[in-house]
Amino acid sequence: MSTPKDLKFSETDEWIKVKGNTALIGISDFAQNQLSDIVYIEFELDVDDDFDKEETIATIESVKAAADIHAPVSGTVLEINEALIDNPETLNEDPYGSWLFKISIDDPSEVDTLMDGETYDRFCEDRGN
Amino acid sequence: MFIPHTDAERKEMLTALGLKNLNELFSDVPDKYRFPELNMPKGMTEMEAREFIEGFADANVTTHDYICFLGAGAYDHYIPAAIDSILRQGEFFTAYTPYQPEISQGTLQVIFEFQSLICNLTSLDIANASHYDGATATAEACITAYAHFREKRKKIILSGALNPQYREVVHTYLSGIDGIEIITDEEGQQSLPDPEKIIDVVDENTAIVVLQYPDFFGRIIDFTQIINDAHQKGALVCLAVNPIALGMLKTPGEMGADIAVGEGQPLGIPLSYGGPYLGFLAARKELVRKLSGRLVGETVDGNGKRGYVLTLTAREQHIRREKATSNICTNQGLIALAATVYMSLLGKNGMQQVSNLCYQNAHYAAKKIAAVPGFEVLTPEPFFHEIMVHCPTSIEHINHHLLNEGILGGYPLENDYPALRDCMLLAFTEKTTKETIDLLCEVLEESHHE
Repeated sequence: MSTPKDLKFSETDEWIKVKGNTALIGISDFAQNQLSDIVYIEFELDVDDDFDKEETIATIESVKAAADIHAPVSGTVLEINEALIDNPETLNEDPYGSWLFKISIDDPSEVDTLMDGETYDRFCEDRGN
Repeated sequence: MFIPHTDAERKEMLTALGLKNLNELFSDVPDKYRFPELNMPKGMTEMEAREFIEGFADANVTTHDYICFLGAGAYDHYIPAAIDSILRQGEFFTAYTPYQPEISQGTLQVIFEFQSLICNLTSLDIANASHYDGATATAEACITAYAHFREKRKKIILSGALNPQYREVVHTYLSGIDGIEIITDEEGQQSLPDPEKIIDVVDENTAIVVLQYPDFFGRIIDFTQIINDAHQKGALVCLAVNPIALGMLKTPGEMGADIAVGEGQPLGIPLSYGGPYLGFLAARKELVRKLSGRLVGETVDGNGKRGYVLTLTAREQHIRREKATSNICTNQGLIALAATVYMSLLGKNGMQQVSNLCYQNAHYAAKKIAAVPGFEVLTPEPFFHEIMVHCPTSIEHINHHLLNEGILGGYPLENDYPALRDCMLLAFTEKTTKETIDLLCEVLEESHHE
């Protein structure tokens, strides 16, 4: 799967898609592939909750392991993609089309510290070796 | 003694360490402590040793020799012989917890059936593979609720009529969690806690309310309204239940409880001076991801044949790693098997019958004890198989007197409930007979006049 150019990535394999002051957050193709079949997602935040960069915002459980999802930037929850609760497997099928949270961003400069798609691809390759 | 190392190997190791002999390894231990003279009796032959040890065993008083009216959480029920004979099959007896669960199909099937029976008994959706005992299961229910509200609700309310030992274990289990508040409603404030009062302390910060059913004093209280009121505040409700009582009573599920826990000892487990016992935990399916321990499920293999698997271990270490929140990575496999065999042997009718016998015996006893001058039954109707009795003298005096007559007396309440001076709990089971109750009353009357 080719890595979309309009996303930024964290070192803990979350992606963020920024649009003005708001953004969508999801997990990368590499992450879903490492986890294998995802069977459960739990959102650790409610709408209107504030969170800090790197805070645990969700937990994803696969047949292999449970993994925490960290906030790539600080912000506030605007919307939660609750459709994932009943269909967590869409995270495997379409990782870049399946967002977890819609957020408002506290500090846009935090986005600049994240990796672009190309850098992230290399980052994943290095870990794969 | 078998020591695997040869002299040559020992010499090699000592040389590597730069030591001359073994004694130099212990040079830090002062001489006089190295080989102290032990005050030990002379050696015995196997035959002598057996006689000696059996002498100690014979000094024990058991419920085989004595009549038992002691309860307060562990009860003297009849244990069908078939249980022991099935337990002692090598395939079951040697198995610990299945670390490679899927190759232990027999063990998994037992756990699956245990879970199914507990669900039937409690009318709840799911049950886990078991816990150490009723107290630890209660603590796990509290942690489940705390996790369910994502640690946002910090208050845990324990009924004053919940077994005091259970309350103590909940405090111990939760002592490491910051910011959690455990409160007990009006403990020891009056003779019998008013069940309705607990609702006054339930608020929007309450994660769970734990009630006992029948309660510690034997009372049967329909908690439907209280559970409903607690739900209005968004809190979960857990009932700590006696499984035998559920043979005849309205179930936790029917009353709307979210979780039911309990002590499985009455289900064919010997009293054994306090353990090993068996905890069970059942819940509504919405809580399945937060449950402690493990859940076994039934499925089909690649050939369409029935098989059993570990379906969920949502809070255990091998899934949650360092974030595991359940201390239970095992289950009381063998004891759960005993309970499973017990329930299967008795069946639905048998469970109802045992339950009813306990109930009837306790009611006959209550009537007879109330007629003994100086004794007063304080547990009001309806009660199950245990009653609180106020005595004219100290419980110590009465129990001493009963013991002399071959009777194990009641549980003194004063230690846990200072307001309940000279009160004891007396328990009755299907093993109780009219004769033993009449004898109890006779001895109680004598003890008063002595």
